Amino acid sequence: MAKMHVKMTVNGTQVEALAEPRTLLIHFLREELGITGPHIGCETSHCGACTVDVDGRSVKSCTMFVGQANGASVTTVEGLVNPDGSLGVLQEMFREHHGLQCGFCTPGMITRAHRLLQENPNPSEEEVRFGMSGNLCRCTGYQNIVKAIMAAAAVLRGEKEAAE
Amino acid sequence: MIPGAFEYHRPETLGEATGLLSQLGDSARVLAGGHSLIPMMKLRMAAPEHLIDLAAIADLRGIAVGDDIRIGAMVTQAELIAHDGLAAACPLLREAALQIADPQVRYVGTVGGNVANGDPGNDMPGLMQCLGARYSLAGPGGTREVAARDFYISAYETARADDEILTGILVPHPAPGTGYAYEKQKRKIGDYATAAAAVTIGRNGASVAMTNLADRPIWSEAAGKALAAGDAAGAVAAALAEIDPGDDNRGPAEFKRHVAGVMLRRAIDRARARMG
Ligand SMILES: Cc1cc2nc3c(=O)[nH]c(=O)nc-3n(C[C@H](O)[C@H](O)[C@H](O)COP(=O)(O)OP(=O)(O)OC[C@H]3O[C@@H](n4cnc5c(N)ncnc54)[C@H](O)[C@@H]3O)c2cc1C
Ligand code: FES
Ligand code: FES
Repeated sequence: MAKMHVKMTVNGTQVEALAEPRTLLIHFLREELGITGPHIGCETSHCGACTVDVDGRSVKSCTMFVGQANGASVTTVEGLVNPDGSLGVLQEMFREHHGLQCGFCTPGMITRAHRLLQENPNPSEEEVRFGMSGNLCRCTGYQNIVKAIMAAAAVLRGEKEAAE
Repeated sequence: MIPGAFEYHRPETLGEATGLLSQLGDSARVLAGGHSLIPMMKLRMAAPEHLIDLAAIADLRGIAVGDDIRIGAMVTQAELIAHDGLAAACPLLREAALQIADPQVRYVGTVGGNVANGDPGNDMPGLMQCLGARYSLAGPGGTREVAARDFYISAYETARADDEILTGILVPHPAPGTGYAYEKQKRKIGDYATAAAAVTIGRNGASVAMTNLADRPIWSEAAGKALAAGDAAGAVAAALAEIDPGDDNRGPAEFKRHVAGVMLRRAIDRARARMG
């Protein structure tokens, strides 16, 4: 099958490549571009480990063909660091509040939480849980993930400083 | 899990898309959000040679609240939920959409894909039957409308011809003061219904539809009539007489029948409490 020409902006950098149309976005990111932050957990659209941001929407990249993201702006967990390369607020809060154990779900969690806080900067705990319900974690029991996101929201609103 | 190979098309007009569909015939499928089709393609339960992505067709987008409510086929569940004018005109749509899948799926999954898919597990078909919606279809021979209540034949078999595209959904305005509710029992967020019920009760009568309890959504005329006459128990009995659940990993048929009765009774009680 003929390859197609794809072009997108990934973490602020313009990329171009030839890809088979059946290539899933997650495989394009990981194998073609070497961006291995987004993980493959279930491969069946359930776990959210592969979540990336596509034009302002949280998307399970194992359930999107590369052509559907043609021309889009894609952000992965790598793109959520500060300009100087240090951990971004959400990443820092996950570290501080032990929002991860094995870390497998973390890139999807953080990328999804990023969009959630963009849309709702002042969520209740209930809204965080509902907004994060497409992401599964086998380790933490979610308590500390919710805490980390609530803390990040407070920092981003300027109400609280991140502890150094 | 790698889907079979296919050629990807991204037409910019509806005419181009229907043209491609009739030219390519059986080997082509349209792609909306892909959140039912891509999982099927990964399992190789679907292996189309051509995918016609509808994403670039502007005519299939947008929500218009006029004499009718018109929802473009490519409107996503998230867009439907976010639309305040729509929620004011027909709040049942938002209430039900919030119970579909999870946030990521709702950003991408479309209303058109949900109703066209024909999977008995989809929530929108029963909902649209309850609301008395009509679907607009466009094919090589022109356009036509089909009532949601006439659209579903059996699992994955609908009144849509293979060369037709569903372009939009027309929902009549519920009469002022109409009570409504969507009640869904599921094992976890992101799961299809074990049983779900959509109910409206208003001045123009009552309407009852059930989801994932047969090989198609079940709109029960008898249940609606009983409910309009004030007989809630009769409405539940009438609806349960029409469903035909099977045993699967959501439970044995007998259990589903029980859950169906509970969901419908809850939906009726909540719809009544909301009547203006
Ligand atoms: C984890 C998960 C959980 C889910 N949970 C639920 C749930 O609880 N309830 C629920 O209702 N759904 C659920 N879904 C399904 C989801 O809502 C799908 O998005 C929806 O069923 C199909 O919409 P789509 O836009 O993704 O369509 P696609 O997957 O692109 O298409 C589905 C089918 O419809 C056809 N089609 C699509 N659009 C048109 C059109 N305009 N004209 C003609 N044919 C068309 C396609 O050819 C294909 O055969 C879930 C999905 C996932 C992955
Ligand atoms: S890997 Fe995509 S949802 Fe699990
Ligand atoms: S930290 Fe291990 S899966 Fe979430």
